[in-house]
Amino acid sequence: MTMTDTLVGFDDVLASYDPALGLEVHVELNTNTKMFCGCPAVFGGEPNTQVCPTCLGLPGAMPVVNAKAIESAIRIGLALNCEIAEWCRFARKNYFYPDMPKNFQTSQYDEPIAFEGYLDVDVDGEMFRVEIERAHMEEDTGKSLHVGGATGRIHGADHSLVDYNRAGIPLIEIVTKPIQGAGEKAPAVARAYVSQLRDLILALGVSEARMDQGNLRADVNLSLAPKGSGVLGTRTETKNVNSFRSVERAVRYEMQRHAGILDAGGSILQETRHWHEDTGITTSGREKSDAEDYRYFPEPDLVPVAPSRESVEELRGTLPENPLLKRARLQGDWGYTDLEMRDVIAAGVVGLIEETVAAGASPQAARKWWLSELGRRANDAGLDITDLDVTPAQVAAVQALVDSGSLNDKLARQVFDGLLAGEGTPEEIVAARGLAIVSDEGALSAAVDAAIAANPDVADKIRDGKVAAAGALIGAVMKEMRGQADAGRVRELVLEKLS
Amino acid sequence: MSLIQRTAAELADALAAGETTSVELTQLHLDRIAAVDGVVHAFLHVDAEGALAQAAESDARRAAGALLSALDGVPIAVKDVLATEGLPTTCGSKILEGWIPPYDATVVARLRAAGLPILGKTNMDEFAMGSSTEHSAYGPTHNPWDLERIPGGSGGGSAAAVAAFEAPLAIGTDTGGSIRQPGAVTGTVGVKPTYGGVSRYGLVALANSLDQAGPVTRTVLDSALLHEVIGGHDPKDSTSIDQPLPDLVAAARLGATGDLSGVRVGVITELSGDGWQPGVMDRFQESVDLLVKAGAEVVEVSCPNFVHAMAAYYLILPAEASSNLAKFDAMRYGLRVWPEGKPDASAEEVMRASRDAGFGDEVKRRIILGTYALSSGYYDAFYGQAQKVRTLISRDFEAAFEKADVLVSPTAPTTAFKLGEKLDDPIAMYLNDLATIPANLAGVPGISVPSGLAEEDGLPAGFQILAPALADDRCYRVGAALEAALLAQWGGPLLDKAPALEGA
Amino acid sequence: MPEITRDEVAHLANLARIDLSDAELDHLAPQLSVILESVASISGVAGDDIPPTSHALPLTNVFREDVVTPSLTPEQALSGAPAVDEQRFSVPRILGEEA
Repeated sequence: MTMTDTLVGFDDVLASYDPALGLEVHVELNTNTKMFCGCPAVFGGEPNTQVCPTCLGLPGAMPVVNAKAIESAIRIGLALNCEIAEWCRFARKNYFYPDMPKNFQTSQYDEPIAFEGYLDVDVDGEMFRVEIERAHMEEDTGKSLHVGGATGRIHGADHSLVDYNRAGIPLIEIVTKPIQGAGEKAPAVARAYVSQLRDLILALGVSEARMDQGNLRADVNLSLAPKGSGVLGTRTETKNVNSFRSVERAVRYEMQRHAGILDAGGSILQETRHWHEDTGITTSGREKSDAEDYRYFPEPDLVPVAPSRESVEELRGTLPENPLLKRARLQGDWGYTDLEMRDVIAAGVVGLIEETVAAGASPQAARKWWLSELGRRANDAGLDITDLDVTPAQVAAVQALVDSGSLNDKLARQVFDGLLAGEGTPEEIVAARGLAIVSDEGALSAAVDAAIAANPDVADKIRDGKVAAAGALIGAVMKEMRGQADAGRVRELVLEKLS
Repeated sequence: MSLIQRTAAELADALAAGETTSVELTQLHLDRIAAVDGVVHAFLHVDAEGALAQAAESDARRAAGALLSALDGVPIAVKDVLATEGLPTTCGSKILEGWIPPYDATVVARLRAAGLPILGKTNMDEFAMGSSTEHSAYGPTHNPWDLERIPGGSGGGSAAAVAAFEAPLAIGTDTGGSIRQPGAVTGTVGVKPTYGGVSRYGLVALANSLDQAGPVTRTVLDSALLHEVIGGHDPKDSTSIDQPLPDLVAAARLGATGDLSGVRVGVITELSGDGWQPGVMDRFQESVDLLVKAGAEVVEVSCPNFVHAMAAYYLILPAEASSNLAKFDAMRYGLRVWPEGKPDASAEEVMRASRDAGFGDEVKRRIILGTYALSSGYYDAFYGQAQKVRTLISRDFEAAFEKADVLVSPTAPTTAFKLGEKLDDPIAMYLNDLATIPANLAGVPGISVPSGLAEEDGLPAGFQILAPALADDRCYRVGAALEAALLAQWGGPLLDKAPALEGA
Repeated sequence: MPEITRDEVAHLANLARIDLSDAELDHLAPQLSVILESVASISGVAGDDIPPTSHALPLTNVFREDVVTPSLTPEQALSGAPAVDEQRFSVPRILGEEA
């Protein structure tokens, strides 16, 4: 089925080629109802319980546009510094697929609601402007379950079962212009763009924007051109890239794969490719000879959308703070150094820290947990940190327990273990796992006495004024107490008793 | 005169006077259907049980003094292109054989809400593509005037049902003349309202930007009464006009007084000449003379771009239809056919086989034509150009309506032709709609009123009256005036001259 | 305007997902050519200065409030389905062997 691709080393790719990127991001809006009908637009319903004649494509049914979806589309457009169309239409994109009820997708073609914008993204402390070509409105498809053959896979399945609950949920597709000149940073730019676009979408409050749940989906276009030529090469479009990490990896992989083909004198086939999260490679999608002929034409069942300039300005007034200015403000508020701020941006945890601080934690504590402890765990699990099952409120609660002396950092890590294992709230985990610090003075005092008795030479050194030696005794006490003691208090007791 | 030969307005009066009941009326029509539909074949589905139950409810409402509308209790037939909850809806196609919609079209919901018992669903050209009902997958409808002849199309079933007294009222749909042309060739009245005047929700779309549902009746007043039941704004149809309807019944009553003083009538130059049957033209001229006699001022108006209407129509319609009909793919409803000898066929192969087996020739022709017109490389030359021609035709109408309050022409160039005569000559078939298509392209309302019998064949001809968008009332006023004058001349309804059908 | 060839009709039928038999192709191609010839008169009728009309009446901004309305029951939704399994529409396998 798939031949092994020849990959060229990343540095060698850059020596011979300039990469050009293009990103198409689909954002599923969090409206109450679908794009063109009043069915609920929520996840998780029993199959085919959120469908009506319209979203099921029954003969005779007609669409009516959701006002809230238009509003969200305009707000996204404005936040991306786009022009908002004075007049635009929906169009039918005609192609046959069983999960698409009408066998055309109601979308927008040459008249998008928003166009010609940009998003400035911070790539390792450097600003990179990503030009936005358009943001347009469309509807989602149903979901197929493939039965028989390899479980859940489309290949070799006997038949498929289709649930149309998702069909008709509003999507905004945001398309960049070709991003050139990123060079070695192309993978990082792709990741930073998607990550910072997500921050923006969250700040707008128009979508849950969870990549792991498919609220935010990225297609990555990539092409290579001979170095310095300034032209655009033939591109491939990689679909199904469902995490920030994967966006970065997919760009890198395609750069290396394209170079392998080009170096061997081959040419790139313009095609759709699928990203495989498990193996980290892309494979060719099905080639369709008629794929490009979508026979677009204006949707005759809908009338044009012509947002008044007043309504657009009103919506502009509802936009959240500019992310760049906001970052500068947050850095000041939090007292982070430039280096610290760069690290949290690179890790994509600005929003998480903001929420954690809002829930009561100190900025330094929030940074510590998200950047080191939780960042490492997300990495180990191969997840984006935003998809980790720990909320900012929980992090703040754990830190509050540390601040009150009920936990130390070591015990706090065990609380995170419990949170990730779904064992309940931090308080419940502390209780269930017996993690609270022992504050019983009698028990502590006894443990200190025992340690002194067991290490007479160390005790003597401390009596002689070598306070630094106290560490050994504190360690012994902590070990005895299985870590569940406040090390500061232990130190006080040791010094008190040996003064 | 037997009850079933009366007009709907008269039946409503008879019900009000206690002269009959809805159950009795409904049963009489069901009996008539049983007697003559074997030869007419106007119905694809008859719902005797449902209609009688609805009639009984109407009678109960009447007894309780809680009537829903002026037509409460008067039965009706509905073209099979409108979704009816619990009743089969096939659009005259094999691909939808046995499909029972889980919802009502807005027009149907309004009929129910007004208390009209629904007798059944009427025959039509498959997906409303045709001018003869010969493209129905379930066999053609026969013209009650001459069973060897076509009843017009696509709504030949509704027109024939009304002409054969199988129903006092029916609903049709008109994309390029499918209400008006059958009206003309069966000696009945048909109205295509202003685009957006009657909800399209639940009307299985042929060409969305052209389709309109409307009344099919035996008199102008009946059409006005029915139009007021089904018309008006519907939030489920984004192209529906959010304005109240003009007072159509009042306009019909005003017209029936016979006075058209001050009304300017424009005769469209381009809709006459070669290819127009002399007998049809004679009846047309006679009607124009009667309008003058009623006080109207007649002027000749030219609409030079009407000659391009047919070409624009046969690009726009197939393009929209090819996309609309894509949903019939054997996945969610309708016919599923497996390719021969391939029990493990893929979804795509099953789609192809089902669509080949489920669609008739004319539907395939138009899907292919529409696919071509929308294909990359041809869009501007075809669909794009056709949309511009629409602008030109609308401008012709605007200019003409500055000189005249209504425009008139024969509804169709000929009387009913023989079944089979034009079946494999698409162009000849398409020419039937020459006079009716411009109104759909411009969205303006039109009515066809019987103008008498053509001398050479003794078959009915129709007189078309077009008015500006939203001025449907003008069609009713002038139509009712012409009807009154002709009735006086004939000494009774034109349908009295139709041959009796066996069993009648 | 180009005459429509048999191959072209076959390609269009493929785009439209209709399995046309050879006999149907033979029959349709010349008919479509005649129809296209008769609609060819339209080219050049309207110049660049003429705006297209998609709808006779120029409505804009027809929207619906974002309020949930009742859906069909799953029984209603699936009532017309050729095959049903696990409250879902059962359809033949989605890709052909070539995938």
